[in-house]
Amino acid sequence: MSTIARRTGAAGSRIAGLGHYRPSRVVTNDELALTMDTNDAWIQSRVGIAERHWASESETVITMGAEAARMAIADAGLTPADIDTIIVATCTLPSQIPHASTQIAAILGIHAPGSFDINAACAGFCYGLAVASHTIRAGAGKNVLLVGVDKLTDWTDLTDRSTAIIFADGAGAAVVTEADVEGIGPVVWGSDEEKTEAIHVTDRNSYIYQDGQAVFRWATTQIAPVALEAVAAAEVDLSEIKALVTHQANLRIIEAIAKKIIAAGAPEDLVIGKDIITTGNTSSGSVPLALSRLRESGGITTGDLVLSIAFGAGLTYAAQVYRCP
Amino acid sequence: MSTEDTLTGLAEIVEEVSGVPAADVTADKTFTDDLDIDSLSMVEIAVAAEERFGVKIPDDELANLKTVADAVTYIDSNK
Repeated sequence: MSTIARRTGAAGSRIAGLGHYRPSRVVTNDELALTMDTNDAWIQSRVGIAERHWASESETVITMGAEAARMAIADAGLTPADIDTIIVATCTLPSQIPHASTQIAAILGIHAPGSFDINAACAGFCYGLAVASHTIRAGAGKNVLLVGVDKLTDWTDLTDRSTAIIFADGAGAAVVTEADVEGIGPVVWGSDEEKTEAIHVTDRNSYIYQDGQAVFRWATTQIAPVALEAVAAAEVDLSEIKALVTHQANLRIIEAIAKKIIAAGAPEDLVIGKDIITTGNTSSGSVPLALSRLRESGGITTGDLVLSIAFGAGLTYAAQVYRCP
Repeated sequence: MSTEDTLTGLAEIVEEVSGVPAADVTADKTFTDDLDIDSLSMVEIAVAAEERFGVKIPDDELANLKTVADAVTYIDSNK
């Protein structure tokens, strides 16, 4: 009887390009204060957001994702014809069929790619980065386009100050390619199946519900240890980590995680992704948006070691170390 | 550990989390109105108190701890 062949791919994988898309409409805290009982100081002290981007009707999960993807492909020095696999991390598609990645492929003219979406909510990008890396090392693809995109405002009660001040829209993308030397460390991922209700949408006519205190407690106590596990799994020294780019949930959560990472031995001048201040919480889009901004601003540069951890509804999380393209 | 020690320890935690001077954290003060501590800071205070005093302070219990005295009593009767 024949044995099924085992295919092996490249020795390693790396991020080769980054892209992002922020909707054109900027919504300030003062604007939100016109329609709900809140104000700039209240919002900034609780979640650290000064302004966010909200998509227009014509800026959809698909169009925002496609724009971020286009930029990432160019940044990688590739063309759409080079992409053989597309993975889209999203949890806010208005219709689940067809899935997002095939629609983005159609817009960009990417022919016959392997194509699927993943939903790990706000943890989606780091899950997707692991899947993209595994795809390349298994030989299933050579140039994988990974998009993280969400249009949370479609699923948010914009008069509810517990969620409307936080949630926003945007997309980020990365191209993951083959590498001789590993550029993406082992993923540490997991979930807490006892907290499925902490963030949920009841049905297609409902808005996102979030138990803010429960999520805050979980994120500020359970997430930093997972990030440290990812550093250990990559077998790099914590002192070599240049930047921490977490899911942009709430500035206070980001700062609480960063404090623990620094206390564990990361550099005192660790660069910390704080894109949330002007972008809000964009779920699957937040890590690549923050990463792309840090690189644009010169906070990180090619070859720097970055530690990312994303976490969200599920509750679910994923972390890895990788090199900035 | 005496009630006095619990109050002193809790006041230190409140100062570290919120910046309110420990001396202002007296038994009769309410966390929300008198000390201006928001719901997320209350979670941080609870987590720090759990570590320091070896108690469990679940989120639904937090809502009942209106005053500093409420918190001290809860900690002392649950540790």
